[in-house]
This record gives sequence, structure tokens and C-alpha cells, in this order.
Amino acid sequence: MKNSMVVIVERKDFQNLFDVLSKRGYQISGPTLRDNAVIYDNISAVEDLPVGWTDHQEGGRYRLEQTNKKSLFACVVGPHTWKKILYPAEHTFIQVKRNGSKLEITSAEKKPPKSALIGVRPCELHALAIYDKVLKDGPYPATSYLQRRQDLFIVAVNCVNPGGTCFCASMNTGPKATSGFDLALTEIINNDRHYFVVETGSKLGADLLKEIPNKEAGIEETQTADKALQKAAARMGRTLDIKGIHDLLYRHFDDPHWGEITKRCMTCGNCTMVCPTCFCVNVEDTTSLDGRQAERLRKWDSCFTVGFSYIHGGSIRATETSRYRQWMMHKLSYWQNQFGTLGCVGCGRCITWCPVGIDITEEAAYFRKNDK
Amino acid sequence: MTPKPKPKLAVWKFASCDGCQLSLLDCEDELLAVANAVHIAYFPEASRAVAKGPYDISLVEGSITTPHDAERIHKIRRMSKYLITIGACATAGGIQALRNFKDVKDFISIIYAHPEYIETLNKSTPIADHVFVDFELRGCPINKYQMLEVVNALLNGRKPNIPNYSVCIECKRKGNVCVMVASGIPCMGPVTQAGCGALCPSYNRGCYNCFGPKETPNTSSLAALYEKLNVSHDDIVRMFRTFNAYSEPFRKESEMYEK
Repeated sequence: MKNSMVVIVERKDFQNLFDVLSKRGYQISGPTLRDNAVIYDNISAVEDLPVGWTDHQEGGRYRLEQTNKKSLFACVVGPHTWKKILYPAEHTFIQVKRNGSKLEITSAEKKPPKSALIGVRPCELHALAIYDKVLKDGPYPATSYLQRRQDLFIVAVNCVNPGGTCFCASMNTGPKATSGFDLALTEIINNDRHYFVVETGSKLGADLLKEIPNKEAGIEETQTADKALQKAAARMGRTLDIKGIHDLLYRHFDDPHWGEITKRCMTCGNCTMVCPTCFCVNVEDTTSLDGRQAERLRKWDSCFTVGFSYIHGGSIRATETSRYRQWMMHKLSYWQNQFGTLGCVGCGRCITWCPVGIDITEEAAYFRKNDK
Repeated sequence: MTPKPKPKLAVWKFASCDGCQLSLLDCEDELLAVANAVHIAYFPEASRAVAKGPYDISLVEGSITTPHDAERIHKIRRMSKYLITIGACATAGGIQALRNFKDVKDFISIIYAHPEYIETLNKSTPIADHVFVDFELRGCPINKYQMLEVVNALLNGRKPNIPNYSVCIECKRKGNVCVMVASGIPCMGPVTQAGCGALCPSYNRGCYNCFGPKETPNTSSLAALYEKLNVSHDDIVRMFRTFNAYSEPFRKESEMYEK
């Protein structure tokens, strides 16, 4: 945004962000500690953030560690994604009542609270843009998503401390937020000084910032932030070469290596549940025992289940190999045909949260290496 | 117009602990609605009043372990329009199927003062090994909501919403953190069928596979992961040999790790 401005907010004034958002009626969600991980939940104060914690992520492994620094955002993405709030795991959207011989169909959508998200990572902003394209801007928008997206206030956090399974630099989705936010922060701890370089991304963001003590950013402060982000881009835990990836995977559609991957793949669906761009849902109808009332609900589904591709007569993707290939090729190939972008934003969740640590970047590299 | 007669429901017991039948009685809030929708015609655990068959819906709990039961299940099948098995015993042979890995005669002589009175089959087997089963409901015990869902779907002529996918999917929908990835706790979730609502992982425990193998379970990949988590071979055998020990995928995997 041309009119964006960059200011400095000191750490001691950071609580003001929470207070101003609360005062304006936002329900605030952000990263917080639970069950040995950083998850997204309702928060109301700086202390709710994972203060002083950092994470170590590898294929199938996630561990937290306490550090001497009092960073608020030293942990990168965890097992939750913002779809938890914007496109909930289970959602009832239609209610039906039998009235004599007639059926009365009513919407079950309820207006959700106005939401503010604190700590949205650049890769996640790109995932939200994908969600917008699929769920909001298409010919059949999802009402519940529209309602939740409408009044959303987004505080992005740039990643100065990329994780072990991060590869946003490869996907051109980070580590610096470029659009899709109201405010974007870069957290800097320099000797004894702890501050945030804050960039505005919307009028609303700029307006809100007026109520938080800040000062104009000096050249040295912005340079420090820029340098930290350049360094971050250079030390991503993973890389994925996306040049010609669409055709590369098509060329290897019948490669026996897919079968090798599914010796390990348990088709448990964890990768799809933690993916910030996976949007597939199943629709279920339930009835009351007496058959007088019914509800239609939506649940997150996964292309790793047999039922996912079930049509009359059976499942199209009965083998585990066909299901893994569908998932990976959808992210890196078919998505481009379908939506004009890649379906992967390089957050690395599918690598970390795969119990057996199957690594999309490794598998892509295998196909590239064995490409004639 | 005379109202349609209510479908007759019967509940049968074979070798089992009664826990699954109790799940039906445990439907406290819904019990009146159930009694309104069906005629509970045979349910000795709940009532001495017995109505004669045939029955529209037979719920069968327990596994086949005696020659007498192997006969009885055929009679029940003949009297039942729909036969639905409830629980791990009826669906996989239950915890008592652990004896299938040994010679049952060895136990009889050790445990009973008068082994000559004991008439038992060498193996504990699921109902589907003996008669045609219309639907199998998993769990040790079953989930009462799944129980209601199956009866409900049958009454309303729709397909029951009982998924065959992994516990992981319902675990993540619930917002749980993976206990295996974040805490290194061995968990059976990736090979176990959903239905319990990811009960144990919700309390930071690994899944015990009460609901048996999911569709296309990759047990060898999970067992290899357990080895990396320093689970001994003996313990891997034990993990696969619980309530669903004699289900084919779990039986085979446990045999791979047996000395």
C-alpha cells in the first residue's frame, strides 16, 4: 500500500493494542501455549502470548523451549490455523422442520463476533488470500466465511525467526508480509531494547494505531528490521524449487516413487487438518429420532479418506498411493489449473505434524532429481 | 389411518462385559425418545418383559466363544430383519480373543478346578464370522451417540454418519495438539477408526485403539515409528493386542513383532 506508514511501538506500550481492540468490540485471537504447543485461541493480554518461548520443528517432531529473551513472537506457526475461526471444523448451516406435509427450511447461520487476529504470519496471509478466492470471491460464497471475514482485523507478524520446517522464501510468501493486513509487526530485541516496527496496511489499521503510543520510525530502526528479515529469508529450515513444478509432477504421475511414499503414509489425514489452504468439507444430514426435524452440517474432510472420493459404486481413489498423489499434486500442480496459484504457502505444518514426518519438499526434490 | 406399528428392537448378549448394552441405557436424555420410536421387545438387561420375535432390529453384543453360542446366533439371525453388532467383542472378538494366540486348553486346566465342566471353543470370534451382519458398530465400549445415530438412520431411511477414517481427523477437528508429535507419546490414532471423539488424546494420552482398525490402516508404518520412539517390541505387540487384537490388521502386525 502506497499510503502505508511505518512507526515504532515500544514493548511496554504493546498491551495497548489488546486494549484498543477490545474497546472497539473485537474478540481477539492469537498464539498461546497449550499442551506443549503454541495454538490459536482467545487471548486478551500480552501475557497470554508465548512470552520467551521458541519452537524446534522437524519432520514429525515439535518441541518448545524457553529462552532468556522475552520475545512475544519467537515461535512460528503451530498445529492450528486461522481456519479454526474463519471456517470452523464443524458448522450447522441449515435446519429443517416438518410441518404437516410441508418442510420448513431455515438458515442456521448466526452472526459471529467481530474478530481480531494477532500474530498472523506472512504465509498465513497468503493462505487467507487463497481462502478468499475459494470461499468468498467465487460464484457460490460460503455465508459463514463471508460473515467471519467481513469485519476481520489482522495484525500480521513478520518472521525474523523461521522454523525448522519453514520454506516460505521458496514459495514467495514470506518472511515479510506485503499485503492483506491492517497492521504488520516486526519484533526486534536489541541489547536492552525491545520494540516493534509497525507498518500500516489499511485505513482502519492507521486509525487504530492513533490510540497506541508510537513514534515515527528512524532509518536505523527500519534497517534493523529489514536486515533481520533478509537474514531470516536466508535461513529457512527447508527449500522447495517451484520452477516448472506443475509439469514436473505431471511427468512423474506414474512414477513408482509415489508407492514408496505410501509405505510410510498412514493416510491419517493430519497434514490436511493442519494445512492452512485445505478447505475440503463433507456435508452431513442428521435427523431427530421421530423424523420431524433435520439439520445439515459441514465438517472438515480430508482427501486421505476413502469416503472422500466415494461416488455411486465405490471410491475413485481406493489406494493410499492415489490419495497421497492427489494431495501433493493438488497443492503443487492441479491448484494452478484450478485457481491460478500454488496451493502451498510453505508454512511447513504438513511436515511437522505428519506423525511419520513425510516431507513435501523432500518428495518434490526427489522427483526433480530423477527428472530426465 | 392407524399409526404404523413401531419397529421391534431386541438386544442380545454373547461373550461380553455388558458395557455396550449399558451404553444404550446410558442414553438418559434420549431414552424416552428411543422408547417412543421403537418397541423395546427383548432387552433382558433393562426389562423382564419379553415380546416374541421376529424383530426388526437386533443389536448383538459379545463374541462367539462356545458351541452353544455358535448355534444361538443363527437363530437370532433368522428372527432379525437387521442385525447390528455393537462393540469390539461382537465386531473383532474382543479382549477375550487374546486366547486365540494361545491354546485355550492350557488355560482351562490352570484356572478351573473341574475342567471337564468347561465347554468352550478354541477361538473367540466376531459375529460376522458366523452370520451375515448388516452393520458393525465399533468401540470398547461403543459411543452412545453412534448407537443412536445408527438406530436413527435406520428409522429414517438414511445412511448412518459413521465414518471409517482415523481418530486423527476427529482429534484435529476438536483442536487437539498431536500427542505423538508434540510430546512423543505413542498413539494408535493414525490406524484407529474414529468414533470416540478422540477421548484419550483430548486428555494428553495416546489412543488405545478401542475402535479397532480404520479403513486402509498402515500398521507397519506406525509400528516403525514406535520403534523410533523407543517402544520395545514386546510393548508394540501389547499395543496392537488389546480390545481388537484379533482384527486382521492388528493381529498381523502384532505377529510381526512377536518373538
